Amino acid sequence: MNALKTPPPHLEACGISKRFGSVQALEDVSINVQPGSFQALLGENGAGKSTIVKCLMGFYHADSGEIRINGTPTRIASPQAARRLGLGMVFQHFTLIPSMTVAENLILARPNLPFVIDWKSETRQLADFLKQAPFQVDPHSRVSTLSAGQKQKVEILKELYLETRLLILDEPTSVLTRDEADEVLGFIHRLVKKGELSALLITHKFREVMAYCDEVTVLRRGRFVGGGKTASLDVSGMAEMMMGEARVRNEAVGTRSPAGRSVLRIEGLRARGDNGLEVLHGIDLTVRAGEIVGIAGVSGNGQRELVEVIAGQRGATGGRISVNDEDHRPTRAMLRNHKFCTLPEEPLKNAAVARMTVAENMAFGVFDQPPFQRAGFLLDRKAIARLGRDLIAKFSVHPPSPDAPIGELSGGNVQRAILARELSSGQVSVLVAANPVFGLDFKAVDFIHERLLQTRNQGVAVLLLSEDLDELLELADRVLVMSGGMIVHETTPEKADPAAIGRQMAGHHS
Amino acid sequence: MQSQPETLGLWGIAVALAGGAMRGSIPYMFVSLGECLTEKSGKINLGMEVILLMGAVTAFGVSDVTGSPWLGVLAAALVGMTLGALHAWLTQQPSVNDVAAGIAMIIFGSGLAFFFGKRFVAPMAPQLPLIDLGSWSSAGAIRSALRISPLFFIGIALAFALHWIFTRTSWGLKVRAAGDDPQAARALGINVNRVRFIAITIGGALAAIGGAHLTLYFPGIWSEGISGGQGLMAVALVIFAQWSPRRCLAAALLFGGAQALGPSLQSLGVNGYYHLFNASPYLLTLGVMIATCTPHRRLAGMPGALGRK
Repeated sequence: MNALKTPPPHLEACGISKRFGSVQALEDVSINVQPGSFQALLGENGAGKSTIVKCLMGFYHADSGEIRINGTPTRIASPQAARRLGLGMVFQHFTLIPSMTVAENLILARPNLPFVIDWKSETRQLADFLKQAPFQVDPHSRVSTLSAGQKQKVEILKELYLETRLLILDEPTSVLTRDEADEVLGFIHRLVKKGELSALLITHKFREVMAYCDEVTVLRRGRFVGGGKTASLDVSGMAEMMMGEARVRNEAVGTRSPAGRSVLRIEGLRARGDNGLEVLHGIDLTVRAGEIVGIAGVSGNGQRELVEVIAGQRGATGGRISVNDEDHRPTRAMLRNHKFCTLPEEPLKNAAVARMTVAENMAFGVFDQPPFQRAGFLLDRKAIARLGRDLIAKFSVHPPSPDAPIGELSGGNVQRAILARELSSGQVSVLVAANPVFGLDFKAVDFIHERLLQTRNQGVAVLLLSEDLDELLELADRVLVMSGGMIVHETTPEKADPAAIGRQMAGHHS
Repeated sequence: MQSQPETLGLWGIAVALAGGAMRGSIPYMFVSLGECLTEKSGKINLGMEVILLMGAVTAFGVSDVTGSPWLGVLAAALVGMTLGALHAWLTQQPSVNDVAAGIAMIIFGSGLAFFFGKRFVAPMAPQLPLIDLGSWSSAGAIRSALRISPLFFIGIALAFALHWIFTRTSWGLKVRAAGDDPQAARALGINVNRVRFIAITIGGALAAIGGAHLTLYFPGIWSEGISGGQGLMAVALVIFAQWSPRRCLAAALLFGGAQALGPSLQSLGVNGYYHLFNASPYLLTLGVMIATCTPHRRLAGMPGALGRK
C-alpha cells in the first residue's frame, strides 16, 4: 500500500452551471477542496448539492465552468475517470451487494479485474489491507448480515481499498446512530489530519459540520450563498444561509392540554419479517389522547414491520391492538369507527396508488360512504373532485390539480396529500406516522411538524416513528427506544440524554 | 428388451429408476441451469418451455438433414441463443414485464416450432451415441436401463462449471451483483444490461441443448407435445434448488426420477395407475411450490432484484 503515501489532489470547481430542462440546478458554483481538508457542503433538498458532486464524479457534465485538479483544467468524463484521479464517493444508499461477502464486494469493486480471479493472491492482499485498516470487519461475513453502521464502514473501506484520495460522502450518517456516526466521521477526520485523505461531506446535520469539518460551503437553489472556516461560523448563521429566512414556528398550532386517557394500546405484539424470522418480539405501548409518543431507533429494528402490522400490510403472529379498549383490526369499518389514521413511510408506495389522480387518492377513505357513493354502488365523481380541490387548498398541495396522477407530485406534496386525506375525515382519535418528513425540505418539514402538533393539541393520540432523534426530541411528549424488535427504553425529551439513547438504539442495553 | 421382471424384483426397480432418473433428468438439468444463470442475473425467462421445444425441433431437423446428431445439438444451442437474446432484448425495454414477455414467447415460439416441425412428424433422426454403464450385467433390462446419453455427463460438468463461474470469476460476480442489486452494480460501473443480456442468451443456449436431448434420444421422434411442460417445471425447480447450480443437479435427478416412475414400473409389469405415476413430476412441482412459497418470508438464496429492472 505504497500508494497511501500519494498526497490527496487539490480539487477546484470554478463557476459550475448545470441546467436540467427548465430547471437551473446549479448557477456559477465554485468549490475549493485543499489537500488534507475536511469540507462540508450544506443545503436543503434541491439546493444542488448532489448535482455538483455528480459533476465532480463524472456522472453529469457541467454546462459551463471548469474543474481543476492540482491546478490543471481537467475534464472528468465518467465515474471511472474520476476514480483514476483518486476521487471516490460514498452514497446515501449502500452500493454493496447484499448476498455477497465483504471480500467479494471489495474485490468486485476493483477496476480491471481479470476474468478468472486469483483468489489466493486477492485474499492475501485484502488481508494485508485489512490488517492496517482502522476498523475490523470479518471479510467472510455476508453483507446482508451486517448492521447499517458496519455497512457504511465497509463502503469507506472499499474506497480506501480503491486508493481514493478525495472522498465525497453524501449524507453518510443518515442511517447511523449518533455513536456510529461519530466513529465513522472521527475515523475520516483522523485520516484527513494525517494528510492521507481529503473529504467533502454533504450533510444537513450542523453538529457533524461543527465537530469535524474545517470549511463549509452553503448552497441554496443552485447558488453559492455563503461559507468559510467553520471556526468563524455559528449554527444559526449557517441555518439562515441555507434557508434564506429564519424559521418561525406557526402560532396556529394551539397549545397543549395535558394528556388524557389511553386511546391506542398495543400489547405483546409479535410479527415475522420478510425472511420468516420473528422481528417483533412482543411490543407493548400505550398512547394517550393529546400526546405524541415517539419511537426512536435505527432503521431495521422492526419499526417498518410494526407500522405494517398496524396498517394491516403484515399479519401479526401474536398480541393485540386496541383503541379505547376495543379490539382493533385494520378493516375499513374499524378504521372508521376508531377514527384511526396512518401516515406510513414512503406514502407513494404504502398509502397511494401512483397512477390514480390526486383527488381519487384523497377519496380512498370515504369513497364508499355517502355523499361520495350513491345508491350503494355509484361513485359521485363530482363530489370526489370537490373533496380533492378542498383538501388541495387546505393543505397547499402543489401543483393544485386534482386530476394529476399522484405519482407525478414531489415527495413533499405526496406527503401533504396523504396527510390531508388521513386528517380530513373530521374527527381523528389515533394517528400513526412513520418517518413523515424523510427526504423533505425544510418548508415541507415545518408544515408536517406543525400539523402533527396541531393534531396532538386537538386531543389526538399520535404515535410517531422516526429515525431522526432530534425530530422526536422536538415533537414527542414521551420517547420510546426500539432496538432488536423490542421497546428497550423510555424517556421524556426533558430528561433525555442523546448519548444514552444512542447507546440504547445501538443495542447496548444497560 | 423386456427380460424376466420377476427375477429382477426390487433391485430391478431400483436400477430401472436410477437409469430413468439419469435419462429423464437431462432436459430438467439443462433448462434449470439455463434458468439459474438467467435468474441469477435478475431476470425470469418463462420462455424456457419454448426454447426447449425449438431446441428439440432444430436438433431433430439438423440431425435428420446432415446425419450428424452433434451438429443438431450445436444448431439447437444457436437457436436457443437467438431466442434468449430476443427475450433479453424484450425484457430490457422500459415497462416490459418479464413474465408477460415469457408468456408471449411461449405462444409465439410454440407456433414457430409446430410450423417447422410439421415435416418431421413421421421420420426418425440419427441419434446421439450412448454410453454403456451396464455392461457389467448380464441382465438385458439392466443393460438397457443404464445406456446413458453423453449429455448427462456434460450437464453434470456444466453445473460445476457454473458454480465455479459464480464464485471464482469476475463475470460471475457481476452476474450476481446485477441480479441482487442492479443500482449498486451500476454504481460499481457494471454494465447491468450487457451482463444480463449475455446471461440470458447463454441461458437460452443451455435450455435448447436440453431440448435436443428430447429428440436425439430414444425413441428419437419429434411430436408437438414432446416438451410436456418440462421447461416450466424447470423454473419451479430453480426455486427448489435455491438458485444454486449444484442443487439444480440434485433437483433435476429428483424430477427425472419422478418422471421415470411410471415407465419403470410398467417395464416391470406394474401397469395399474400408469397415468397417475406419469403425473408425478407435476405433483412434485405443485408440492415444491406449496412447500417453498409463503407470504411470510423471502425465499432463501433468491436474487434480490429478481424480475425488476
